[in-house]
Amino acid sequence: MSMNLRNVLLFAAMGALLVAVGVIQSANVALAILNLCLISAIMTLGVNIQWGYAGLFNAGVMGFAALGGLAAVVVSFPAVPQAWAVGGPRAMLGLATGVCAIALAIVAWKRMPGSRRLRGWAAAGVALAGIAVMRLVIDPAVEAIEAVEPAKTGFLGGLGLPIVLSWVVGGALAALAAWAIGKIALGLRSDYLAIATLGISEIIIYFLKNEEWMARGVKNVNGLPRPVPYEIDLQQTLWVQDLAARLDFNVIELSSIIVKLCYAGLFVVALAVIFWLSERALKSPWGRMMRAIRDNETAASAMGKDVTWRHLQVFVLGSAVIGLAGAMLTTLDGIFTPTSYQPLRFTFLIWVMVIVGGSGNNLGSILGGFVIWFFWIEAEPIGLTLIEFLTSGMAQDSALRLHLIENAAHTRLATMGVVLLLVLRFSPRGLIPEREK
Amino acid sequence: MGFLSGESMFGGYGGADILQGCSIGVNKGEIAVVVGPNGAGKSTAMKAMFGMLTLREGSVELDGREISDFPPQERVTLGMGFVPQNANVFTSMTVQENLEMGAFIRRDDFSTTMEQVFSLFPVLAEKRTQAAGELSGGQRQQVAVGRALMTQPTVLMLDEPTAGVSPIVMDELFDRVIEIAKTGIAILMVEQNARQALEIADRGFVLVQGQNRYTDTGAALLADPEVRKAFLGG
Amino acid sequence: MTAVTDILNALALLSNFVLVPGLAYGSQLALGALGVTMVYAVLRFSNFAHGETMSFGAMITILVTWWLQGKGVNFGPLPTALLALPIGIIGTVLMCLLFDRFIYRYYRRQKAAPVTYLIVSVGILFILSGVVRFVIGPQDRMFADGERFILKARAFKEMTGLDQGLAIKTSQGVTVVTAVIIVALLFWFLNRTRTGKSMRAYSDNEDLALLSGISPARVVAITWIITGALAAVAGTLYGLDKGYKPFTYLGLVLPIFASAIVGGVGNPLGAIAGGFVIALSELLLTFAYKRVIAYLTPGDWVPDGLVQLLATDYKLAVSFVILVIVLLVKPTGMFSGKTL
Repeated sequence: MSMNLRNVLLFAAMGALLVAVGVIQSANVALAILNLCLISAIMTLGVNIQWGYAGLFNAGVMGFAALGGLAAVVVSFPAVPQAWAVGGPRAMLGLATGVCAIALAIVAWKRMPGSRRLRGWAAAGVALAGIAVMRLVIDPAVEAIEAVEPAKTGFLGGLGLPIVLSWVVGGALAALAAWAIGKIALGLRSDYLAIATLGISEIIIYFLKNEEWMARGVKNVNGLPRPVPYEIDLQQTLWVQDLAARLDFNVIELSSIIVKLCYAGLFVVALAVIFWLSERALKSPWGRMMRAIRDNETAASAMGKDVTWRHLQVFVLGSAVIGLAGAMLTTLDGIFTPTSYQPLRFTFLIWVMVIVGGSGNNLGSILGGFVIWFFWIEAEPIGLTLIEFLTSGMAQDSALRLHLIENAAHTRLATMGVVLLLVLRFSPRGLIPEREK
Repeated sequence: MGFLSGESMFGGYGGADILQGCSIGVNKGEIAVVVGPNGAGKSTAMKAMFGMLTLREGSVELDGREISDFPPQERVTLGMGFVPQNANVFTSMTVQENLEMGAFIRRDDFSTTMEQVFSLFPVLAEKRTQAAGELSGGQRQQVAVGRALMTQPTVLMLDEPTAGVSPIVMDELFDRVIEIAKTGIAILMVEQNARQALEIADRGFVLVQGQNRYTDTGAALLADPEVRKAFLGG
Repeated sequence: MTAVTDILNALALLSNFVLVPGLAYGSQLALGALGVTMVYAVLRFSNFAHGETMSFGAMITILVTWWLQGKGVNFGPLPTALLALPIGIIGTVLMCLLFDRFIYRYYRRQKAAPVTYLIVSVGILFILSGVVRFVIGPQDRMFADGERFILKARAFKEMTGLDQGLAIKTSQGVTVVTAVIIVALLFWFLNRTRTGKSMRAYSDNEDLALLSGISPARVVAITWIITGALAAVAGTLYGLDKGYKPFTYLGLVLPIFASAIVGGVGNPLGAIAGGFVIALSELLLTFAYKRVIAYLTPGDWVPDGLVQLLATDYKLAVSFVILVIVLLVKPTGMFSGKTL
């Protein structure tokens, strides 16, 4: 079977699964899964750029996705004038002080004369002093801002721009963070890089959870403006009511389907653009060189390639794509909840998608994103049905049966693990393997 | 052709054969030395005889028994000891622990053997509680040889034991090697310092491109003007 | 009030909120980090599934504890879980050996890259977290019984006449004592027994260990036995002290990695030192020194703020920051080395 036919069949099977859910459960459920499949596919493309192209193990996916979410809040939410009035400029000044402190610490580390140890202490001293100054500047502002209607706002709000703009901003924010992280962490060995990025992403989440003046922290930001119509408005329009009558559909359900289709349309465009760009990059001389570096770093470095610089490029690009997907996710949710960023869901699950789809193959990443997200959601009903079937012989109120049914949802975690291990063992190159050069 | 012998060996690490039919052997109580230019396959031949490299053709025999298919660990139990060229001690462990690990396969009391090693290398007795990684290059080689002796081998194979040590230390090591041979152990050694090694050798093998170029007693090779000119610098 | 009582009060305050909890948490981290370090030193990969392994061990111990409690068995003033712990250890060890036999061994034979093992361990992380939640559910589980305190705050005040109380929970005492026993056993094993030495030899120089007739299969099996046992103990002690919740164990992986790396990954002494460094830094950096300063300064002066270096919310973040700094400045850690 030719490679292309195989791929078409794989995607067709995936589509059939979604249609099956549409028929068995409901069109709404199928579309909800589809939308998250699309976002997962973009995130997976981002990780694939780092791992598949260059062999970098980034375990900080969660952090970059959260930065994208932050961008969605900052771009779209209307500003809170009162909060700006009581502390806005001062908070900004505080942030600027922090940035200056870090910059000065770096200058001290790089430019000061003296031994490594001396410069290290000097840099640490500058950084600590800088943080102290920053706290002096920012703390009163933070207190004032967080006191402004804490139940409703208590933060600076955003710029009040269209939320779709945040996709680009989220990508840029993630890229900026990736640049800083890459600068310091990319020299590390593969498993240390994984641990370091995991640690840094946790720090980012802690920051987002606790700095309430920025995006309300654990209090979440609700009601982000949408790029698509609201169900309630659609239900009022004549054409929707008309269509519902003609299709013999419930108006409420139909409006919800239309909204989801609108999102899906936006996401498909984004996915298509990113896929096209990724493919172009992979096939370009740049992509070939990346893979050459991945396959033999020593040889590439001996041939005069600046491996660290190339790795930084690829790390920044991949993280930007993850940030973009993160902004899309928050756009879809309409709510920013820092506590929802869990490594299992946002880092390791994306990794399962990359590996299962096929490291190094962009089409594979898309398929991996679809398949894994689909089963992540559907493992629960499937597991439940399976358990109900298996325990149907037991008494209806058997404690074991009830326990199993109650905890059926957790089988999806184990399922993901089993799928990952099976693919690694029996098809280590994934569903759609990397094309040979 | 000896207590331990490798006959017409062919083999390499995938790709082209490095060994092109060379034969090497040694008898009990003898010292056999393998010399030759860089890339001649000296170390490869040693590895082949110890089972760290699969032969494509040819055979290895120990005491008349074919052992070509035996893995290295089994050859250790049959009485072969091997001292690799690099990373030949457990650096984080003490001298005494290194020797204990050498005797790992022995279930009997090995304290006498350890005393023998200590009397052969008195400096190790002094440093028995020190980590092997903290010792000088020459002392490390002594630990490495001592470790291999702990199994009471009948054959001891040394891969360039004097690499990177000073001439004085080298002389001393060679003296010890002679002493070990006198106890009846067969010694097979690859050496970079060809002249000094052939001086103590009962047999010498000059390998070039994986084949035997000259095979004779050490003294005869030293006296051969062609060998002197080509391999011993005149 | 004399100056001496003030100083004693300040010390009692620090002990109560920093030293005692720090020693208990440090012991838990140290035991966890020892497991990570053993796997790293012998199998040479970073085991992301270690937190879930601890969770698995704790789960089995809890199930057995419930069964014992149901039978009316208890351990007097000590938690019943200690009686159940041996079963927890056996279960965890069996699980580790099973995973090694059917999963890791294949990659060992392939001589796979460390990063492949890492991805495999992520797969095992998923499986274990699913199994644990499936069996025991995701809720909080309290399973500590017996006497709650070794030393109550009021008893301490009456005993010493100080204003400041000092309480020591049974779980804290049990944690520290168990950790000391386990660590002593481990070091005796590694440094005094033939098998333990052969593990160190294998971890130091694999090829030479093979030449010495040390069997890799045996060393690997013993490594998993020790790792499983350490994980079960660490997981149970953590659960006893802080309450068992499957969700928290994934979050423990980073502080544990931080401990192992700060100390020097692969080095058991380093793992222990690292555990205490991380635990104490978390507590010291987020402790409000207000009352300590009040005791130590003459007169009735009390500082306005809490005198806290970092908000308590950032407690766990401290370990991540230390981890990142160590990785960047000195990846080999305090006690360099990759060997046992």
